[in-house]
Amino acid sequence: MNKNKEKSMFAKEYFWRSLMTAGGLFVILLTIVIGAFLVYKGSATFTVFGHSLWEFIGTAEWAPEDSMAGGGAVGSLIFLVGSLTTCLLALIIATPFSLGTAIFMTDISPKFGERFYRPVVEIFAGIPSVVYGWVGLTVLVPAIKTVFDRQVGHSVLAAGIVLAVMIFPTITSVSADAIRSVPQDCRMAAYGLGSTRWQAIYRVVIPAAKPGILSGVILGLARAFGEALAVAMVIGQTTALPTSIFSTTKTLTTEIAAQMGNAMEGGETKSALWSMALLLFLISLFFIFLIHHFSKQREYAAKQ
Amino acid sequence: MKRKTAAILMSALMAASALAGCGTNEQTTTTAKTTAAKTTAAGSTTAGASTGAANTTANQAGADLSGTITAAGSSALKPLADDAAEAFNQKYPDVSITIDAGGSGEGLKQVAEGTVNIGNSDVTAEEKLDAAQCTDLVDHPVCVITMAPIVNPDVKDGGVTSLTKEQLIGIFTGTIKNWSEVGGPDEEIVLITRPESSGTRATFQKYALDGNKEASNVSMETDDSGVLLQNVKDTKGAIGYVALSYLVGDPGVATIAIDGVEPTLENTYNGTYPVWTFEHMYTKGEPDAVTKAFLDYIMSEEYGGQMEALGYGVSSKMTKTEH
Repeated sequence: MNKNKEKSMFAKEYFWRSLMTAGGLFVILLTIVIGAFLVYKGSATFTVFGHSLWEFIGTAEWAPEDSMAGGGAVGSLIFLVGSLTTCLLALIIATPFSLGTAIFMTDISPKFGERFYRPVVEIFAGIPSVVYGWVGLTVLVPAIKTVFDRQVGHSVLAAGIVLAVMIFPTITSVSADAIRSVPQDCRMAAYGLGSTRWQAIYRVVIPAAKPGILSGVILGLARAFGEALAVAMVIGQTTALPTSIFSTTKTLTTEIAAQMGNAMEGGETKSALWSMALLLFLISLFFIFLIHHFSKQREYAAKQ
Repeated sequence: MKRKTAAILMSALMAASALAGCGTNEQTTTTAKTTAAKTTAAGSTTAGASTGAANTTANQAGADLSGTITAAGSSALKPLADDAAEAFNQKYPDVSITIDAGGSGEGLKQVAEGTVNIGNSDVTAEEKLDAAQCTDLVDHPVCVITMAPIVNPDVKDGGVTSLTKEQLIGIFTGTIKNWSEVGGPDEEIVLITRPESSGTRATFQKYALDGNKEASNVSMETDDSGVLLQNVKDTKGAIGYVALSYLVGDPGVATIAIDGVEPTLENTYNGTYPVWTFEHMYTKGEPDAVTKAFLDYIMSEEYGGQMEALGYGVSSKMTKTEH
């Protein structure tokens, strides 16, 4: 009897353990499969259609042929530059607000912050991107048109602002977590040495939380990079390098979303789009590597 | 350490899903009616091969036609195909029709491979596929689509009602930059167009711009004609183009005549308006009974009235079939 019970206990132990392991392995496998699939699809641009890597990421002539024969140009510099400028603009706009919010809800007004501010920020994060895009299109685009007296409101600026609003909650909550995890002793020590609250925040808390804050910024950047729908609605989709923040241009994601439905499978256009998807994947990997790097730093700092 | 690895995996998955999650608007599927699960031996049209279905005679009068029809391709033709499928189902409730978008090239490729019964396309098969793949395909020119240049109402109020082809080419290739150059208000011209792979763009380029390439580096591209219409409506000095089917009702934009000829179905029928194209439904070999009944129905006079009400032209009314 007792032995039976023991047996079932072990059976359960092994059952759940293998289930969890299988779940974990599946996720790893899925990631690898997605990566391999993108490499397989995206390499056709270079192997089948014979374009050079430099032509793909270094030139701005985008005119692929939508046929099996190929022979067009696949320079996707425009999209890369478009993605980078919109995302950087979004970061420049969002980071100060996010940091301010994070400091406010952890150090300046923790009670109000925890009870009221944090849920609000979380709600922000849950709004679907199509809503942001639509609001941007109906409010922001006409506003830019009137405020800056321009004929067209679609612009890099509009995309940057929409993305900034979208990544604001990500950066805020990750930074707030990082700031909160700075030991209370550090703050007390700073006060003990006679610093004001601002001095304690500025000289002690922020430097100690820096790796975590950077992780938040990069997570936000990754989200901004992957966003297609909202950006497509407000950026104006012109195949040209942006010359100012009022220019219309395209990003990697908007071009993929716009063309994938019409392009023929196995044709040059579709292959070039797959290559762009691969490029996006590699850029995200790079961001994840950076986050990994910073969280290592954080662990190191914590041990110190 | 383990927790960290898990966190990295999670974020990798998130990044992957962010990549995968964007832009899923094109692959919309419409199943007109799904009652026809009771497929008879003849009705189950597997993989578009027309051989197996030959033993059912298409009973045109009766409602005992059953089977499945699958179609894929042009998104410009899809609204009409959907409407026709619905009307066809009223008559033959046992036929199940599934219509996918996916683009002309995709439709042609799938019908040539035998994955679908009907491949919808804005262009002829010869323009997209190799000669070898085209040999089995049978073209059914089901309707005519007329493309019209549209402008923001303020351009029309400013005095532009008609453009010559040269002016149109100048505008779309970026050499004419201000409406005052063509007798309009002193306003910059804003080009609003469709992506390179769009069939609407290909047709407009071929017949309205005489093959001259649009200037991609100054035009704003929009993913579908509905958005294009909205942008032209909202932007002062904007010009774009859509199929007449988008201009049914009161669209809030003004159409522009080309060389004095208004873009209407009548002018398309009598051959004076140049920017039109046949919409093609391709089948691999001769269609089976069910597919044939559907194609005959779309091209019938019975459905023709409804077709014109939707803004599409009836193929049989064309007085000339070549441009």
